[in-house]
Amino acid sequence: MLDAQILAYAVLVLVVFFALQISAAVMVYAERKVAAGMQQRLGPYLVGPRGLLQPIADIVKLFFKEELRPKAADWFLFSLAPIISVAAAFVAFAPVPFGAATTFFGLLDEPLPLQIADVNVAVLVIFAVASMGVYGIILAGWASNSKYSLLGGLRSAAQMVSYELAFGMALATIVLMAGSLSLQDIVANQSGTWFGFLPQWYIFVQPVGFLVFWIAGIAETNRAPFDFPEAEQELVAGYHTEYSSMRFAMFFMAEYINMVTVSAVVVNLFLGGWHGPWLPESLGWIWFLVKLSVLLFIYLWLRWTLPRFRYDQLMAFGWKVLLPVATVNLLLTAAGVIYFGL
Amino acid sequence: MEGWGGIGVMMAVAIGFGISSVILSQFLGPSNPTPEKEAPYECGVPPVGDARERQSVKFYLVAMIFLLFDIEVAFLYPWAMALRDLGWFGLAQITVFILILLVGYIYIWRKGVLDWGPESDPDYHVAKVLGPSVVKRYRYGTGN
Repeated sequence: MLDAQILAYAVLVLVVFFALQISAAVMVYAERKVAAGMQQRLGPYLVGPRGLLQPIADIVKLFFKEELRPKAADWFLFSLAPIISVAAAFVAFAPVPFGAATTFFGLLDEPLPLQIADVNVAVLVIFAVASMGVYGIILAGWASNSKYSLLGGLRSAAQMVSYELAFGMALATIVLMAGSLSLQDIVANQSGTWFGFLPQWYIFVQPVGFLVFWIAGIAETNRAPFDFPEAEQELVAGYHTEYSSMRFAMFFMAEYINMVTVSAVVVNLFLGGWHGPWLPESLGWIWFLVKLSVLLFIYLWLRWTLPRFRYDQLMAFGWKVLLPVATVNLLLTAAGVIYFGL
Repeated sequence: MEGWGGIGVMMAVAIGFGISSVILSQFLGPSNPTPEKEAPYECGVPPVGDARERQSVKFYLVAMIFLLFDIEVAFLYPWAMALRDLGWFGLAQITVFILILLVGYIYIWRKGVLDWGPESDPDYHVAKVLGPSVVKRYRYGTGN
């Protein structure tokens, strides 16, 4: 029945859309709680049980805040920048699969893949759309006509393009191993086990690729220890210094959704996607969520453990360490793939 | 399931969300601007000059070399897809390709494009030997 399929698909889109929004709220709460725990504080605890409703209170408050805009700002680009950021963040998640095709326990006639857009070049689409986010940041920096914003935007653009090379190179390694640009195929290649107990995840054959991709991913999402665009001590708040109200909230939402997307892509590329022991294939999304949560926790853990790099260290690390390592890794992988006929 | 249409659907939903929340908060929030609120933030002092001044040339250099290397990465995807058919010959070809790029990479490294620290400042090495005051006198005159 076609109508049920379309209805199910529409529900899926809405679920993913709201799940991403809620994930941003959950991440804000988790970030504050984890930070508090690591610094022996309580963190938010007044709004709702254990402060669980704090993100909702924040978002309501932000809706009712005054929109501030510097007089010399370019009003069109100033309003456009957060929309670009948040739209790029949402769209980048569209080609990410997060579970095996399911009929929802026989509810549907045909199985529905848990993925909004099953394109055969999913990897490239994510890569392309995610790098659109830098437009939002650099336009925000330029349109604000504030010195801190402009410096933050420029720094962010230079940082993102520098780490994009290592990011793309590590991605090419996985494309090479899987022989496909589709995330469905890449995940399917990682099912099964070696010797009966070791899952066939790419992280075990590509540990270097995993590290390069993960580090570059953290830098791409502008998170600590690479959070230069918003290095508070030197740039106030970086590219969103002049933003307030919902426009500010949208930059924040984009940052957290980007973290979720990068983690989800890492899960798909290196950690076997929704494959895992004990659970049937139809409940694979539980495994996906578990792996995703672990990666997101590592994000927070890193932020509250590592001090920020210096800017010259950041650029030197990206260009002089990550890029050569990723290139050599790619060539070695290519030789290995041909030699062993994988 | 919906292929490329799915990306379009998500784009429409996301842009709609972005525009509607900007408009909504415009109506919900108060609006009483004052000259202080409309000034860019500069740590509490009145802003000095325009923000859109000249920026370090390094940002432009990084943008340029990024273009070159990103095209390299873009070439690698079709190669990676076809590697199993190309075999050792394909690997040799891409190795030559990367070796050619390596020449340019060594060049920009030696030229100091990748150095953002004090070492990239030509005065830094002079200052290390002769002291910073010599550099200052040589560069900016003696103050007359």
